[in-house]
Amino acid sequence: MKIAGLSIARGGAPVLEGVSFELTPGRALILRGPNGCGKTTLLRTIAGLQPPLAGTITGAEEDIAYAAHSDGIKLTLTVGENLTFWAEIFAAGSIEPALDAFDLRGLLDRPAGALSAGQKRRLGLARLLVTGRRYWILDEPTVSLDRASVHQFAGVVERHLADGGAALIATHIDLGLEGETLDVSQFKAKLPDLEEFDEAFL
Amino acid sequence: MKALLLRDLKLALRAGGGFGLGLAFFLIVTVLVPFSVGPQSELLARIAPGVLWLGALLACLLSLDRLLALDWEDGTLDLMATSPLPLEAVVTIKALAHWITTSLPLVLAAPVLGILLNLPTAGFQWLVVSLLLGTPALSVIGTFGAALTVGLKRGGLLLSLLVLPLYVPTLIFGAEAARRGADGMSVETPLLMLAGISAATLALLPFASAAVLRVNLR
Repeated sequence: MKIAGLSIARGGAPVLEGVSFELTPGRALILRGPNGCGKTTLLRTIAGLQPPLAGTITGAEEDIAYAAHSDGIKLTLTVGENLTFWAEIFAAGSIEPALDAFDLRGLLDRPAGALSAGQKRRLGLARLLVTGRRYWILDEPTVSLDRASVHQFAGVVERHLADGGAALIATHIDLGLEGETLDVSQFKAKLPDLEEFDEAFL
Repeated sequence: MKALLLRDLKLALRAGGGFGLGLAFFLIVTVLVPFSVGPQSELLARIAPGVLWLGALLACLLSLDRLLALDWEDGTLDLMATSPLPLEAVVTIKALAHWITTSLPLVLAAPVLGILLNLPTAGFQWLVVSLLLGTPALSVIGTFGAALTVGLKRGGLLLSLLVLPLYVPTLIFGAEAARRGADGMSVETPLLMLAGISAATLALLPFASAAVLRVNLR
């Protein structure tokens, strides 16, 4: 997947411009940068949820699995029903590997509303495995996970990379993954020149 | 698509799903009308088709603001938009699930409530037929309204204001068909118009709903 000269805006104001990088199968790319610098907006743009101002995203159409801050879990459905639903939407077959990878087997028949925040997060991340997609776009995947679960998650990502997948992860903690780091703040968009605007009001 | 439909039906039936809300509202309206109008069975028989149609329409309206808002709040819509399902299919299935869980019970309850309003015997059949033909349009138009207001907190008021004018043609022809049926007149023209409205909204509005949803997800 190749990102070239991408400019993105949030709420009408440009936040990042000239973002270019390449995501190759088998590699992970970690996005870093202070709060509010545009990591989430960048990930949403790459996932196709909003159009970029300029630039192109090529090579990953219909092969992206996106995981955001909210997990899309229905609280009145059980863990098994939630996962099965996504597996059917993505037509990806069995939920068994996902259950094992995130240690959810014991919670299978528990309503998702009765899970703790960390367990919900694990369920949300298990959804990635049932999508069967190659490029994982992850936005702060480790929020509310305990240390053991973070380790478990890093292991899952490593296995995904070994199987020829790729991951683009925005995170503030060290996952212990091999891969490049990209600091987003270097692409910060310059504010438009406001001097001319003043004249009209003065 | 089948998975989404089954999930929506399951969610509606589970605790807090809101199934039966519209039905209860419909029941309350039609039970209270005879009290407010007074014990004049002739007058009741005359207004029964209109009251039943209006009650069904408002009951349908009542359930609209949860249609997409719940999926938006927990992030499901974002994930759905990045899934292989096209958004056009998502909104169509959502409308279908709304029709099955909200409108269909109203259609089935209408003849029973018709007895309370002294609906003439000839009218029962045409009331059910007109509701069956008209309620799909209500669900599809309602889904469009829900898609328009999906990102707004407390968007229910705006949703009602946007959707009500779009409901008017359906109400006019639906109630007219039921009234003519009750009076023993020919129902062909209003029923054809009603079917036309349903077919047109079903064919066109999913594309509009998906388009506004894409804008709202940005």
